[in-house]
Amino acid sequence: MSIWEYANPTKFMRTTDRLLPWLVVGAVIGCVAGVVWGFLTPEDFRQGSTVKIVFLHVPAAMMAINIWVMMLIASLIWIIRRHHVSALAAKAAAPIGAVMTLIALATGAIWGQPMWGTWWEWDPRLTSFLILFLFYVGYIALWSAIEDPDSAADLTGVLCLVGSVFALLSRYAVLFWNQGLHQGASLSVAPGERMSAVYRYPLYLSMLGFFLLFLALLVIRTRTEIRRRRLAALQAREMRA
Amino acid sequence: MIALLRRDLRLATRAGGGFGLGVAFFLILCTLVPFGIGPDRGALAPVAPGILWVGALLSCLLSLDRIFALDHEDGSLDLLATAPLPLEGAVAVKALAHWITTGLPLILAAPVFGVLLQLPGRAMPWLLASLLIGTPALSMLGAFGAAITVGLRRGGMLLSLLVLPLYIPTLIFGAEITRRGAEGAGTATPLLFLAGITLAVMALIPFAAAAALRVNLR
Repeated sequence: MSIWEYANPTKFMRTTDRLLPWLVVGAVIGCVAGVVWGFLTPEDFRQGSTVKIVFLHVPAAMMAINIWVMMLIASLIWIIRRHHVSALAAKAAAPIGAVMTLIALATGAIWGQPMWGTWWEWDPRLTSFLILFLFYVGYIALWSAIEDPDSAADLTGVLCLVGSVFALLSRYAVLFWNQGLHQGASLSVAPGERMSAVYRYPLYLSMLGFFLLFLALLVIRTRTEIRRRRLAALQAREMRA
Repeated sequence: MIALLRRDLRLATRAGGGFGLGVAFFLILCTLVPFGIGPDRGALAPVAPGILWVGALLSCLLSLDRIFALDHEDGSLDLLATAPLPLEGAVAVKALAHWITTGLPLILAAPVFGVLLQLPGRAMPWLLASLLIGTPALSMLGAFGAAITVGLRRGGMLLSLLVLPLYIPTLIFGAEITRRGAEGAGTATPLLFLAGITLAVMALIPFAAAAALRVNLR
């Protein structure tokens, strides 16, 4: 029994078929409970009720970054070991990551308007998220532009590797370019900066919910891609016959 | 390698090769900006470093698809791939040829455009230095983008979408050097960062570009 067994599409389909209902249920419970619990938290003494958007903003931002990391790992697995499921999972993850980035940017703008008095500020964190979004868009556009699936997987894999380096580089280059308005890490463990437990536990819950939501969407989308690939193979066989 | 470089340079400078178009585009951009912002010296001087660098980026982008597209069409790219010269080397040479035909004229013309945009005189050497150090990275990254999109029929738009985000770090440091030069501040730190980016790009990107080319020639 090794993890590479799941590189077999049939095995992957069978396992995820059993796993998917649990993921969906968990995602719904996590997201709904996290956000509702978050909504019932008391108001922050400085930020008032606007603090409640944190339960959407932080999990979405966290997923936006981690989905790119997952795509990087999946691309590496595809380039090194040529497992098709891995390439399809990277393809399936990209639009989810792009939407997460958009959610983080949009909720950030909605939050920033009352708090900072502006919808948008060229702050390092905001800017690097915008850049991350551009990388997602480029990656998705490249997938949709190439017809041959294997070449598309190879080229997007290479783009993902180079893009990761440059996304990271841009992340730190923008620090050089402008000073920030955004706070530091939200879940800092440093004493005195730590978020109050009243907010922290609902936040953990909604982060878990967003993570499960991503997994569920990823599994659904990857299954769709596998089915689409099988359909194409069947059609190709039909054409030859 | 030298033969390939000379061939590429000769092709670029012939009629229809598009030599000098980048500089012409740059000139037009620098003419349009004052129409958009206003001719006021106080308004132009602060934005001049940024405009000059963005202009360099865009005019470099203009000729990127030529790096591999024509060779791909007439099949000479396949010959290059099977030649004894490693494909990585061919990519590096082609990026160098692109730099000589677009980056170098841009640097030579940049002082004139700096004057047009009221760039302070003391920033001029820093503008030249930053362009000299930064534009090779632009050509090399462009070669990578061109290698990825070479097999596509309408790769031009996609190419700019893929390549421009990669240009961001170079743009940040390049414009920062010029801006600090204009203010008379120390420029060593961004200069070193920019040089580091360019060297890393020149060392590593040929491998990525060659890998992309091999996929596209498969």
